[in-house]
Amino acid sequence: MSPMDRVYFDHAATTPVREEVLEAMQPYFSEKYGNASSLHSFGQEAREALETSRATVAKLIGANPEEVIFTGSGTESNNTILKGTAFHKKKGHIITSAIEHPCVLNVCKWLETRGFDVTYLPVNNEGIVSPGDFANAFRNDTIIASVMTANNEIGSIQPIEELQKIASEKGVPFHTDAVQGFGKIPLARTDALTVSAHKLYGPKGVGVLCTKGIDFDPLLHGGGHETGRRSGTENVAGAVGFARAAELAFAEMGKEAKRQTALRDQLIDGLLAIDRTHLNGPREKRLPNNVNVWFEFIEGEALVLMLDGEGIAASTGSACSQKELKASHALLALGLEAHQAHGSLRMTIGRPTTEKEVDYALEKIPPVVQRLRKMSPFKKEYAGFGGEK
Amino acid sequence: MALYSEKVMEHFKNPQNMGKIEGADGVGKVGNVICGDVMYIYIKVKDNVIEDIKFETFGCAAAIATSSMMTELAKGKTLDEAEKITRDDVANELGGLPPLKVHCSNLAADALHDAIKDYRSKSK
Repeated sequence: MSPMDRVYFDHAATTPVREEVLEAMQPYFSEKYGNASSLHSFGQEAREALETSRATVAKLIGANPEEVIFTGSGTESNNTILKGTAFHKKKGHIITSAIEHPCVLNVCKWLETRGFDVTYLPVNNEGIVSPGDFANAFRNDTIIASVMTANNEIGSIQPIEELQKIASEKGVPFHTDAVQGFGKIPLARTDALTVSAHKLYGPKGVGVLCTKGIDFDPLLHGGGHETGRRSGTENVAGAVGFARAAELAFAEMGKEAKRQTALRDQLIDGLLAIDRTHLNGPREKRLPNNVNVWFEFIEGEALVLMLDGEGIAASTGSACSQKELKASHALLALGLEAHQAHGSLRMTIGRPTTEKEVDYALEKIPPVVQRLRKMSPFKKEYAGFGGEK
Repeated sequence: MALYSEKVMEHFKNPQNMGKIEGADGVGKVGNVICGDVMYIYIKVKDNVIEDIKFETFGCAAAIATSSMMTELAKGKTLDEAEKITRDDVANELGGLPPLKVHCSNLAADALHDAIKDYRSKSK
């Protein structure tokens, strides 16, 4: 095979903006640039685009348009619902999981410093929350429960429908961070939902928070935009891009999920064929685009940088790659030891990923793994390796 | 700005003196697999000079590059000279390291000193 320039296996980090999305957004920068709050025709054409986009997104979620607000990111949506509920209730207890994205976990940790109690539910070795544990965590003063739809690192899919049912029985609002699942797998309807555009071939800097019957204080106070729930001049182009991206993702969901699942399984099988390589997360209840393995004897940051040298873009949960030099909390929550998490490699495929690219990755990765293993002092007992016996 | 300097990437991609010396005169082992990096340094000493030096490293790009750089600095030096190679020397030779990765250069110098100590204790 001829060498490929660069292949992108990091679609869980972000995705390229689709041409159709860019095209839909284009008029809302320099041509229809009005402020959606203005009364004149400039403002009104922007307002119309914003509300049409809101209706589109709401319909895809199965919500009413007034339940949907546009935010600046998934992080902002998660902060808004959690802090907003906490500020509104002033005290109480929150339920979440140990493998949430940092923009949920760190909000919860901060709320603990402000007098709120938080239960962090454990996950099993496949990264899935037990509905039994979830049901048992509720207290009289529980104000909200939040469990992600699918994990960003290991792709594990949570039993959201069941969790929502339990929360409803307890009379507590249930929120899910669906940033990784939206547009990839069918979603259960929940009391509150967080989504982000740039994970589904839309622009960065646009999120959605969809809530039904939950009172929460706004994070951003100001001119009362988004019916007072999120002030700040509306990002009309961003909302238009979000809606177009979501529409396309939903239209292609079945076909793409099937295609990506096949590529995912090809990649998983190919990587597991490398000696002393292990799968992180579930084999079945897994996002169609997520692959995460760990290689014995090597460290992930070195692996990612060396793969980058081969034109392969991937990521790792190794401590060496994190700002705090701590191994990925999600991998540790699965029960992995720190050195196992160090050797992890995440590859996430996307719409543009081809079988040829998967073949290329599977051709290039084994020698890089071997090369790093050759440098490692931990191969004494490793007879399968061509170096030391 | 890139995460690592060109010099770091150069040593990471083409590490020098990688491997093990069978029957080494001194071996230095530092680091901890829990916190990330582990380095083994092997030295061969003749007439008080480090005639050969090799490393094995489990760790990130910075750990591999500092291992490589340190072996280049130490090779051919007398034990007394090599003992004076500091943590800063390794980092400076590499054109600096990101603040979070400075501990890696500490590890390389420590491993060298550890190997020399091992040699001296054996040859007493």
